[in-house]
Amino acid sequence: MKKLLLSSIIVIIGFTFIGRLSYLQLFRFSPDQILEDPAIKKIYDYPERGYIYDRNGDLMVGNQPAYDVMVIPREVKPLDTLEFCGLLGIDKATFISKMEKARVYSPRLPSVLVPQLSKEDYATLQEKMRHFVGFYIQKRSLRYYTTNSAANVLGYISEVNEWDLQNNPYYVAGELKGRTGIEKQYEEVLRGRKGVMHIQKDRFNRDIGPYKDGKLDTIPVQGTEIHITLDKELQEYGEKLMHGKRGGIVAIEPKSGEILAMISGPTYDPALLVGRERSKNYSKLHYDTISKPTWDRSILAEPSPGSPFKTLNALAALQEGVIDPTTKFRCYHGFYVGNTLRGCHCGGGVRDMNSGITQSCNAYFAGTFRRLFDKYSTTDEAIDVWEKHMKSFGLGNYLGTDLPTGRPGRIPDKNFYDKWYGDGRWAASTIISNAIGQGEIAATPLQLANMTAAIANRGYFYTPHVIKNMGSSGAIDPKYTEPHYTTIDRKHFEPVIKGMANVYKYGTARWVQIPDVEIAGKTGTVENFVRVDGERMQLTDHSVFVAFAPVENPQIALAVYIENGYYGARYAGHIASLLIEKYIKGEITRKDLEKRMLEKTLEHEYAKPYSGEPFKINEYVW
Amino acid sequence: MSGRGLFGRIDWITIFLYALLVFIGWINIYSTSLVDPNLSIFDFSTLYGKQFFFIGLAALGIILVLFVESNFFERFSSIFYIISILLLLGLFVFGKTIAGATSWYNLGFFNLQPSELAKVATALALAKFLSDIQTDIKTGRHQLYALFIILLPAFLILPQPDPGSALIYFSFFFVLFREGFPLYYLGILLFMVVLFATTLMFGTVWVAIGLIILTILVYTFKKASVKIPILPVIGVIVLSILFSLSVDFVYANVFEQRHRDRIALWLSLEKDEKKLEEIRKTIGYNTYQSEKAIESGGFFGKGFLEGTRTKGDFVPEQHTDYIFSSVGEEWGFLGTMTVILLFSGFFLRLIHIAERQKSDFSRMYGYGVISILVFHYFINIGMVIGLLPTIGVPLPFFSYGGSGLIFFTMLLFIFLKLDSNRLKDGI
Repeated sequence: MKKLLLSSIIVIIGFTFIGRLSYLQLFRFSPDQILEDPAIKKIYDYPERGYIYDRNGDLMVGNQPAYDVMVIPREVKPLDTLEFCGLLGIDKATFISKMEKARVYSPRLPSVLVPQLSKEDYATLQEKMRHFVGFYIQKRSLRYYTTNSAANVLGYISEVNEWDLQNNPYYVAGELKGRTGIEKQYEEVLRGRKGVMHIQKDRFNRDIGPYKDGKLDTIPVQGTEIHITLDKELQEYGEKLMHGKRGGIVAIEPKSGEILAMISGPTYDPALLVGRERSKNYSKLHYDTISKPTWDRSILAEPSPGSPFKTLNALAALQEGVIDPTTKFRCYHGFYVGNTLRGCHCGGGVRDMNSGITQSCNAYFAGTFRRLFDKYSTTDEAIDVWEKHMKSFGLGNYLGTDLPTGRPGRIPDKNFYDKWYGDGRWAASTIISNAIGQGEIAATPLQLANMTAAIANRGYFYTPHVIKNMGSSGAIDPKYTEPHYTTIDRKHFEPVIKGMANVYKYGTARWVQIPDVEIAGKTGTVENFVRVDGERMQLTDHSVFVAFAPVENPQIALAVYIENGYYGARYAGHIASLLIEKYIKGEITRKDLEKRMLEKTLEHEYAKPYSGEPFKINEYVW
Repeated sequence: MSGRGLFGRIDWITIFLYALLVFIGWINIYSTSLVDPNLSIFDFSTLYGKQFFFIGLAALGIILVLFVESNFFERFSSIFYIISILLLLGLFVFGKTIAGATSWYNLGFFNLQPSELAKVATALALAKFLSDIQTDIKTGRHQLYALFIILLPAFLILPQPDPGSALIYFSFFFVLFREGFPLYYLGILLFMVVLFATTLMFGTVWVAIGLIILTILVYTFKKASVKIPILPVIGVIVLSILFSLSVDFVYANVFEQRHRDRIALWLSLEKDEKKLEEIRKTIGYNTYQSEKAIESGGFFGKGFLEGTRTKGDFVPEQHTDYIFSSVGEEWGFLGTMTVILLFSGFFLRLIHIAERQKSDFSRMYGYGVISILVFHYFINIGMVIGLLPTIGVPLPFFSYGGSGLIFFTMLLFIFLKLDSNRLKDGI
């Protein structure tokens, strides 16, 4: 026993030590400790963020330098405070309180004393900087916009937050990151890759040379410049036309799916979200909960599409063979659902497809819709077929664009109605509103524009996108160059397009013709309701217009949706016609129309529900 | 047998292990103190250059020890002891103060630390006393003599102040235990340590409840044939509770704040995260940094001269007391395992040698040597890896320092010399 005592103690100590060391070095060890090693400081070298150009090579977004005055409190030597404050353009009290703040944060680490000096202030300060020990100037790169439009498409960048830091190890506090739009979608392309230098520190935080002789260091990779599909001029013009109006406009080049313009009204100048005033401006925009300038109506608003949707019902009926272009329906200034007459503004009479579309006859399309449902023995079967055709136009689902937000819209299916009305308790007549684009259908302006592009192409579309090419390789995601075919045969499109062309020549949109340009279009007037303080009220109809031009070899397809703009041709039709003329002819010949559209606002309509007074809707005040 | 020379009789395994430990130690001192890689490893302006010189001095000491007559050490042990006691006393008058402790004589080129010499002398004196034919460790009077020999230098060292070195003298109890000093003293000591710690952690009430429950359990589950008289047990419980009651008083009034902080850190008494952070930055800074350095080494370590925390000088006193943290960071778990296994093997080999001695003096001296070395090893590494409170003692053969290395070497080689002579002892 006594001979073994010391030996056993040695063995026990050995095991205890090995146990403790296993805990420390095997269990608690984590390989990415280099990230938190206080002995290694990382110095980053930030590349310039990539420029953004429009489809014609016009610069839209570049960079501008900004200069932060930094301070390391511990290194500050006595200075001429008065002179320094004068150079910085701040008073002494501010200076003292900022210095105190920096000292409290850390005496050893740099803090921002004055952020984002202008170039002029920087120039005078730079000369004198050597007199002020412990201060230095750090150059930062901010976004610079050559346009005051397209804020919703371009998006903005801002400092990374806690969540980003936890979820993406690339970012370090204080770095900038794309938040919305293209800046977000193509963040990794635009930002490039920062270079990093590892510096070995001692426990007093002094540099004592490169870590591992710089073996882990990397050089920065420049951000890639990208070209987007927007037409800067068209975009700017569209935003001007949207002055004082709410709504969304999307214009697409049908033969490529490239988005030419994407306008949301009201919008804001992207430059507001850059620089010293950024957070103040952001709050202002963000808290405007009535006109919602940061809410991109072109891809997030999901109103009922209204009459433009009739064209799709016509196509589906043709494809199913339940009508042909000569099939006629009688309009009784409306149509009967059971014993109730649902109204129609077309003027009544016997309608075939051409005049049905041209005059936007509700009765004609209700009849068509019923025929489609009558073809199948059960409603379930019929609605499945209908749903399949509608969805083949990119409705009812996310389109898969390269914009970071979007809404799916809605094409109601049998499950939807089974839930809504109960199993088997609905039929074609119950959901007849869908025939005329009201009812439960919902579509974003982008989806409407895409649907129009599919009609313009006579049966297929490319996924709408905003990226044109990136950097030198120019390659973009191949999913944007694959055509998506609709379930409608090519031959069925011609009669419908003929009807749409006549809308322009003789029909509901004959007021908006452009000399020498043949347009196919369809107006829409959408009833809508709003809830203010719990009270549901009907507002002036939304004005909707979809169109493409020229009819042969289309170059542009677009959807315009103006909230409370009344009937389709009134606002949406005019704006669409101006945009088409601008895009195709490059100039506007109808100056008086242009002037009227630029000046007219709908502010009085938007104020109505909040006035607290009773109000009239759909007034013919022009 | 007597025909073989000294080199045939000396234990080469021990010498090999010793050399290996000194070499690994020096490698790590090199790493912690490397500033300019262009300087020669012999450059005296560097710590590793100086340590290299001390290794040379130690080698000279080895030769000296090996060529002295074996029975010289036994014969002159009392003289050595008296000299070292006088040297310790002399410190009160002539001592040089380094880092707040008056533990050195300034010899110009070299600072002599008599407490290191006293370890050797005490080991010799204790062996001499115990091996005396008239000494009987079972008697109380001789137990007191032995305690006096051990504790006299400890009491002289304590006020320097150098509690770490003073504590080391308690390691000689293992010599006493080996030679028949009743083992239950160790039991009582351990019991008191446990009572002390548990009282601080849980309070007297819970300690008392725990003791009573433990007693009841023992009585419930013991074999019927085993009789334990109840009165002494009650006596022990009462004494324990009294001891436990005194703990708070001693803790609050006898210990100083820095001791309390160290103990609080060790037993994780401080639950307040803010105060814990404060302790980590002050009293617990060394331990925290050394644990972090070891942890960051992982399994394979960062590689020789690649330890970022070592290079950044994050662990204070890394070349002396905290040298093991450099092993942990640069050589990883493989390195620390190797060092632990080397030390364990080294000690077990020494025990084996001690047990084969024919002379009582040699064996007892051997046990003295082992106890001192094990105690240093246990307290040092235990502290560096955060198992024990901070007590400043060096790691034998590893830590930077001339006195330490030379006296540990002399301590060891006197034993090896005695061992090489063991076959003659019987004659």
